[in-house]
Amino acid sequence: MSSREKILSAIRSLTLESKALPDIPNFSNSGDLVERFTQSISGNKGEVLSKGELEEWFSSSGFSKVISRSSQFSELATLSLPEDPHALETLEVAILDGQFGVAENGAIWLEDRQLGLRALPFATEHLVIVLDRNLLEDTMHQGYEKIAAAHSGFGLFLAGPSKTADIEQSLVIGAQGAKSLRVVLI
Amino acid sequence: MTHPENAAEFLKDSQKAKWHDETLWFVRDKRDKVSKGIPEWEQLRELASGIKDNVLANLADYLEEFERNATKNGIIVHWAADSEEHNRLVLEILQQQNCTAVVKSKSILTEECHLNPYLEKHGVEVVDTDLGERIVQFLNQPPSHIVLPAIHLKKGEISELFHEKLNTEKGNEDPAYLTQAARVHLREKFFAAKVAITGVNFGIAETGEFIVCTNEGNADMGVHLAQVHIACMGIEKILPRRKDLGVFLRLLARSATGQPITNYNSHFRSPSPGKEIHIILVDNGRTAQLAREKFRNSLKCIRCGACMNTCPIYRRSGGFSYNSTVPGPIGSILSPGLDLKKHSSLPFASTLCGSCTDVCPVKINIHEQLYEWRQEVTKTQGEFAKGLAMKLASGIFKSPLAYKISGSLMRNALKSLPNSLIYHPLNSWGKNRNLPDAPKESFQQWYRKNRS
Amino acid sequence: MKANSPSVALFIPCYVDQFYPQVGIATLELLEKLGCKVTYPSGQTCCGQPLANAGYARDTVGTATHFIETFNDYDYVVCPSGSCTLHVKEHFPAIAGLEKEQEALGHKIYELIEFITDVLKIEKLEGKFPHRVGFHSSCHGQRGLHLSSGSELNQPPYNKARKLLENLAGLEWVELSRTDECCGFGGTFAVTEEALSIQMGKDRLADHLEHKTEILTGGDMSCIMHLQGIATRSKQELKFLHLAEILNQSLS
Repeated sequence: MSSREKILSAIRSLTLESKALPDIPNFSNSGDLVERFTQSISGNKGEVLSKGELEEWFSSSGFSKVISRSSQFSELATLSLPEDPHALETLEVAILDGQFGVAENGAIWLEDRQLGLRALPFATEHLVIVLDRNLLEDTMHQGYEKIAAAHSGFGLFLAGPSKTADIEQSLVIGAQGAKSLRVVLI
Repeated sequence: MTHPENAAEFLKDSQKAKWHDETLWFVRDKRDKVSKGIPEWEQLRELASGIKDNVLANLADYLEEFERNATKNGIIVHWAADSEEHNRLVLEILQQQNCTAVVKSKSILTEECHLNPYLEKHGVEVVDTDLGERIVQFLNQPPSHIVLPAIHLKKGEISELFHEKLNTEKGNEDPAYLTQAARVHLREKFFAAKVAITGVNFGIAETGEFIVCTNEGNADMGVHLAQVHIACMGIEKILPRRKDLGVFLRLLARSATGQPITNYNSHFRSPSPGKEIHIILVDNGRTAQLAREKFRNSLKCIRCGACMNTCPIYRRSGGFSYNSTVPGPIGSILSPGLDLKKHSSLPFASTLCGSCTDVCPVKINIHEQLYEWRQEVTKTQGEFAKGLAMKLASGIFKSPLAYKISGSLMRNALKSLPNSLIYHPLNSWGKNRNLPDAPKESFQQWYRKNRS
Repeated sequence: MKANSPSVALFIPCYVDQFYPQVGIATLELLEKLGCKVTYPSGQTCCGQPLANAGYARDTVGTATHFIETFNDYDYVVCPSGSCTLHVKEHFPAIAGLEKEQEALGHKIYELIEFITDVLKIEKLEGKFPHRVGFHSSCHGQRGLHLSSGSELNQPPYNKARKLLENLAGLEWVELSRTDECCGFGGTFAVTEEALSIQMGKDRLADHLEHKTEILTGGDMSCIMHLQGIATRSKQELKFLHLAEILNQSLS
């Protein structure tokens, strides 16, 4: 007998009382979505800013390796998306469009379509996500409702920069992935 | 060594023990605060528990549904009955790829299967990429906590370690500096690895996708740069529907560290063009636990670690005191199912205070299961249990009480033990604690005189 | 006493009977002051918890049978211990032939404070107790019997003992840093995990001392016996009283 058969028949040999799958109520919160989303992002150690503020940051930083997949900031790109993700090793900034955000925790949904290369939001040194302020959901429940039927090979709820507290519980931003997250609400 | 011996050892460094207690209490306190910001928190726990009940009641069907959908999406599904088979499957995939160095993100399952030593024995270098796990790997230690692997170490120790391993400045203990050094080191490994291994937080039957959550982004750094992704998943990690994730992702990080969500929550449904995703579904004692009615719902665990953070024992004895892959309260009800003899002291490493049960996001009745495991241990583990009864007798229930209790209680318990043992001079109660002063009469005597 | 007062049987835990008769007396007198007809059924022994928690629940059938029979003829059973009450309610082995009596017992046994607030429906007691009182929340009372809200749960805060105590004139309630952490007694745990048990007890005491507790009280004498044992050994200036003693004294 294969292990598959062994495992499945071991489970099926048990008499297990049937338990109904509960329905999930549509929980919702009160409060302004933009305000709550902004608070959530800063709690996750990211930053919400305006288009102008981003441009200001950009012009003062002098980045030379920038990939932009957002039509809002196509003029900031200095590189096009490579075929091999290993070419992202020294990438300074990636700019992406987010599909929608979740106010309760700042999570932003991204799929293959936005990413181009799955490694992009992780390998880049700084990450910028452009998000329509009218596309904010209240909680994760509404978020999953929105992507219920969506079919992408890879999808991601991204809520902040790479961070760790593995050394004495001291929070450090910029562990293995992106060192910063800026969300531009338009 | 038994848990009491390890705990006594841990407490000898009283300053560090105090730090350990306070640090984990702080994490629990954050969890309390953030959970109170969600009005439907208790309802979410109830839902999560109900969903997991349904999963366990229909596990075989959900596993098949998952397999069907994952296969349709181009994921290669494997099944492993035990840890040996799991390890062998991983090695075979690596050998097919001619891969001799892998990066691995946090996976308690691979710890449970002792994958690292197995792969190393077969000439494969394994780099654990979670910062905490990399630290303990450098020290040849297992993680001491399932979410905070290096919580038993102070930054001074890590600074010394990194000086030796990563050539950081001697004496520089700045966590930001040390983390940056690890970043450089680990990114080099990510960009060189052909195969990446991850654990799995949730597998979705309805879609055949699986979800991996991290804060560091290390799982994603590994898999998206590698040619092949191997995901190792315990069979109990299945959820029926994609929307169930709404419930579980709201609970997981809040319970674990008090943050509203982990920063990266990746949903893997099919490989990138030209790449491979393998998933290994592992039993390794889980169907046996499913068969144990009283202990079945320990399989609901989503490995958030909240029971460890809240446990007054764990906080004061450290993860290693449990000598089990999953330490703390949840480990103390999972491990006896794997090896009752080895882990016989764990169900007793608790005051049954019940705090673990109340923080558990999937409402596992952990402290009640600890109580039930005690009943099992005493049936088969004569020696240890006798020792307990002896200590019990020689402690607080020392004369005159043992004599005074007229029912069959004490006599029953102690009938097999010689009096010389029961009244052994060693008195654990009195080592650091006074006994109450003996009153001149008992309540019974007073009552007879004054009320009847 | 009212003619139609319910009959209350006192269940005095074995260690209270032996070591703390004054707690039994205070419980009895307090209930009498509150108008109850109280009896202490003779021949009562122990609930069997020490054995059951040590893994020998199967050896407590005789004790449990005896217990059910002893307390069968009363309207209520009241016990000055949350832990023993919880054991009777939840951890008695099933006794063949006494199913109905056992079920009834589970519903009519109360811990002292919950009996006062939930059965006698007393909202406040008129009395005075001019002291700084620190409350030790016993785990079985809180998380088992729900005598107070737990810090782990998202629920409106409440505390049945606090409600009664705070009404006493002059009483100052001590706010602790960790309101409901276990003291480390845990029955057999106190001796099998001696080092941990002591450390947990010391930490609880430190919290009380830091917040200037004068009298440490609680609903479970077992926790207090453990804490008092450590405090006495380390010569700490703290007094210890059971809730029954405070309430009974303040009403006299």
